[in-house]
Amino acid sequence: MMKSLYVRKSQGTQYIPVLREATPAGFRAKPVIDAQACALDCSACQAVCPSAAIALAPMRIDLGRCVLCGDCEPACPAGKISFSNDFRLASTERDGLTVSAEHPNIDPIQVSGALHRRYGRSMKLRSVSAGGCNGCEMEINAMSNVNFDFGRYGIDMVASPRHADGLLLSGPITRNMVMALQRCWEAIPDPKIVIAVGACAISGGVFAECNEIERRFLDNFKPSLYVPGCPAHPLSIIVGIMDLLGIAD
Amino acid sequence: MNSRATKVWPLEQSRRKDLDQFVQACRQRLGAGDRLVTLFGRQEESNRMPGVVVTAIFQDESGELQALHCLTDRDKQYSALTPDFPAAHIFERELWEQTGLTPEGHPWLKPVRFEGKRQGQMAEYPFFSVRGQEIHEVGVGPIHAGVIEPGHFRFMCLGEQVHHLEIQLGYQHRGVEQLLLRRNPMLLAPVIESICGDSAVAYSWGFCAAIEALAGYEVTPECDMRRAIGLELERIAIHAATLSGMATDIAFLQGGGTYGRLRTAIINAVQRVSGNRFGRGWIRLGKSKPFTDTLRVDLIQTLAAFLRDFDEINQLMLSSQSVKARLKGTGVVTRQAADELGLIGVAARASGRAVDARVDLPNQPYQRFPIASTVQETGDCWGRMKQRMEEVDTSVAWLLKVLQEEKPTAAPTKEIGLAANSPLKPDALAISVVEGPRGAVVQAIETSQAGRIVHYKVQDPSLSNWFGVAMALRDNEISDFPICNKSFDLSYCGNDL
Repeated sequence: MMKSLYVRKSQGTQYIPVLREATPAGFRAKPVIDAQACALDCSACQAVCPSAAIALAPMRIDLGRCVLCGDCEPACPAGKISFSNDFRLASTERDGLTVSAEHPNIDPIQVSGALHRRYGRSMKLRSVSAGGCNGCEMEINAMSNVNFDFGRYGIDMVASPRHADGLLLSGPITRNMVMALQRCWEAIPDPKIVIAVGACAISGGVFAECNEIERRFLDNFKPSLYVPGCPAHPLSIIVGIMDLLGIAD
Repeated sequence: MNSRATKVWPLEQSRRKDLDQFVQACRQRLGAGDRLVTLFGRQEESNRMPGVVVTAIFQDESGELQALHCLTDRDKQYSALTPDFPAAHIFERELWEQTGLTPEGHPWLKPVRFEGKRQGQMAEYPFFSVRGQEIHEVGVGPIHAGVIEPGHFRFMCLGEQVHHLEIQLGYQHRGVEQLLLRRNPMLLAPVIESICGDSAVAYSWGFCAAIEALAGYEVTPECDMRRAIGLELERIAIHAATLSGMATDIAFLQGGGTYGRLRTAIINAVQRVSGNRFGRGWIRLGKSKPFTDTLRVDLIQTLAAFLRDFDEINQLMLSSQSVKARLKGTGVVTRQAADELGLIGVAARASGRAVDARVDLPNQPYQRFPIASTVQETGDCWGRMKQRMEEVDTSVAWLLKVLQEEKPTAAPTKEIGLAANSPLKPDALAISVVEGPRGAVVQAIETSQAGRIVHYKVQDPSLSNWFGVAMALRDNEISDFPICNKSFDLSYCGNDL
């Protein structure tokens, strides 16, 4: 007992007081695109992109596809791509995830009054990994650790879909997981929401072109929140959910 | 100094052979005590020589990697290796699933991951059934309590006692190996990092080492050393996460919380170097993230602070009566079982089997700065916990030595790396072995006459080790499953590809 208390004291307090104000050092997060025009016929950034996230004329990056690998940054001969550590990448609209020089920010999350009233004080989520690489899964686990401690906002992960208010989906949805995902979704009582975590869940990510992927589930159930990243950073997910539900710091 | 972890063989002289001859040669090597590193096959589609190409990689007595290679007709049968050499069991299953070659007499011939035409037929897995009046079966998964990848586990029990656990995987199958063939090999790194996202550094290093060997490109010793630094940080982070999970699974919450936050300190340092908490972007073809002297000092300080706190929570765990009571004697895998099944990595070392690619097949950084690899004798959950604690200590000590003595810093200028149009050696087989957090990550790349990649074989250490979890559960109770599973902490996506 005394040993335990000693260790507790010695290890100190680790939580981030205000998540919205956190500045994750070094995090290669939101792309910043310079306004200068691209060289004629240059598509160097597009050529190196592993997930077809870049469109040209004007050059823009779809964070629903982007895996934040940063390989386009050195590829651009004009040096017009860089990355900031702004982790606020989530959006309520799929179309809102594209950034360009003219549209440098992701569309802000639309706080829903109905969602705030229903879930603003308690949001229980069931995680399903459908082909995830354990990157997003580890970051979803990290949301509950002593650093991020999302439980303080009434957000929590639950074991049973019967106890859940929503589905936290990671992975591109493999054919081999289609039935299990569908059954888990059906087991969650209405009303319920889907939150798509990571580039794989949002668009298929680097696996989008694979025949082994079957994404019809998302045609039927539109996510209420899209959280980009590869993997999605715990701050992006938690602050995204807080914004969606109108939860104060 | 040559890396022993990466090797390239010319293939032209070793084409068509009789399959039985090939299998006989494998049998001889295994009988002589060589270790089977991997065995795999691919369909040869060309009209010139249609058939199946089979490759076996061994590590011989002297520690060298050796390859056997053969082109055979489709749909052939051969006498399975598994009955005499159980370590081949999962490779022969995969060979059968991927190529249609049938290992006759294999006791366990079932799909590894339900790929190809078997996709979506997960409900049709042919489970073994145990008969008897008091026998019952319990199936759990693919979706489990907690945030974890999917897999199905079926327990065959007599009362509370588990007679056998059968593990059905494949839910995470994304078609990785096929995808790798469709892309420009020079741009594969971000895809490779997504095969098993918690081992991104181990995978990207193995990929780069194999391609660089095929391109005849040598990275600088400093670059190689920075890669090894990334790999050891990844090992510390994953082991800390596993220790956190193990503590949580036995309701030792202080351990769960403390190891979790210790992992945070390491992965945040990884992010300061590479831009990503999982080390994505750390390694690219011909290069490795440069870091300044400020970052080097930052890493030293982070590790020193980590070590102090890690030691403190380790002592608390190791001296706690409830931890001992819960972990000692639970989930035992004997040395004999580990040897016969060919377990690798942490799981093998916790059962007294000394296999560690950093020691057996050292590449340059581990030749210049040898790393000590320890083993446990007990093979239980306690042993796997202690093994992880010791490996973290070893990695931290190694990192501190390297960071202080070698100072592998570089100015944050753009390294040029491997040119995107570099030709690859034609008609060759390259293999790379990297000791990732769970064990050896093996990647094998075969090129055609034109220097194009015709096969990319990925082998996660978990493939060989999942059967270890099944063995650990024998004569334990279902309630011991979570802690047994977590003590191995294997990869589902790495197995399923």
